[in-house]
Amino acid sequence: MSQMEIKNITKKFADVTALENISLKLEENKIYGLLGRNGAGKTTLLNLITNRIFPTEGEILVNGENVIENDNALSKIYFMAENNYYPENMTVKKAFNWTKEFYTDFDSEYAAELCEKFSLKLNQKIKTLSTGYTSIFKMILALSCNVPFVLLDEPVLGLDANHRDLFYKELLKNYSEKPKTIIISTHLIEEAADIIEDVIIIKSGKLILNESVESVLSQGYAITGSISAVDGFTAGKNILGADTIGGIKCAYVLGHLDKAGIPDGLEVTKPDLQKLFIHMTNR
Amino acid sequence: MKLDFNNDKPIYLQLSEELEDAIIAGAYQEETQIPSTTEISVNYKINPATALKGINILVDNGIVYKKRGLGMFVANGAKEKILEQRKVDFFESYIKSLVTEAKKLSISKEDILKMLERGFEI
Repeated sequence: MSQMEIKNITKKFADVTALENISLKLEENKIYGLLGRNGAGKTTLLNLITNRIFPTEGEILVNGENVIENDNALSKIYFMAENNYYPENMTVKKAFNWTKEFYTDFDSEYAAELCEKFSLKLNQKIKTLSTGYTSIFKMILALSCNVPFVLLDEPVLGLDANHRDLFYKELLKNYSEKPKTIIISTHLIEEAADIIEDVIIIKSGKLILNESVESVLSQGYAITGSISAVDGFTAGKNILGADTIGGIKCAYVLGHLDKAGIPDGLEVTKPDLQKLFIHMTNR
Repeated sequence: MKLDFNNDKPIYLQLSEELEDAIIAGAYQEETQIPSTTEISVNYKINPATALKGINILVDNGIVYKKRGLGMFVANGAKEKILEQRKVDFFESYIKSLVTEAKKLSISKEDILKMLERGFEI
């Protein structure tokens, strides 16, 4: 049983509060989507989980153990970061061998197999890899580590459509065969929406949502009609945002919808996760 | 089989309906195997839990059953069962919305009946 608990985490950089009182529980073998706008604090959270930086307040526990300077807890987590921390002169193959020193369950054979699928040459030097192939290289490392927690920060950065497709498929295959807890931080919400089970949204350092995608989608709806009718219907409801064109308004609402109570002339549609995200994190 | 990710309907419901359609069309014959949760998940790039939920609807309705260690198989009489259920649903999903739309457009009952006649002639 592997579980991660983030308890009342606050992180300040000088007088800037990057994260404020975040509490989360990450369950075993679930795929989470970590969403937030630029600068919301996603990477800071991932850096804290892997103890690359220290929290100002609060603690992060892996199976009850605090991650701070704790090799045992940290060896259960692999973080595919946006930055490349491997020596640039190293070849892909050598990087795999090195990773195996730290992550003893690293599956070299599987890693080589993925390299073949993505046409990444094992003897290529890391510094000569393009943006897309650097992502592919790091993602292959993450998938091959066989640890209970895999954190992916913008895993598809610079990947073309074919490689993104292949990545999502290989990720799901890997997850089905060797279940693990995966956190994907991404801006490509539309692509990830059907892959993630739970969604975590951070807005300006604060946790604003932590729920299953299914429940978010079932609660969110858009209601369209004349401005006065929409305003009348949505009064007192949890309105996320609205678009207005001419005399027609479309309001995005989060909450239970009583289908029988919709007045004539108003139309209900179901927005996707990305649309809801945009309205939840606007302003 | 295709899933429409822009559809209002949850993916797992679309999946169970698509599998049913494939059974009606004879793509999956009775007593033959349907794709595994993993195959569906990877192929359509959906979370395995979603794929499982879609398949479980078919299990609950007795359309498919699990053969231990082998996978999911189409039950005997599954096609008949789906067709029966679809006929029951026909009123709810087609007739009701047809009448609602007709009222909105002020189309009379007689006109609808005429259109139906015409529809059957095609």
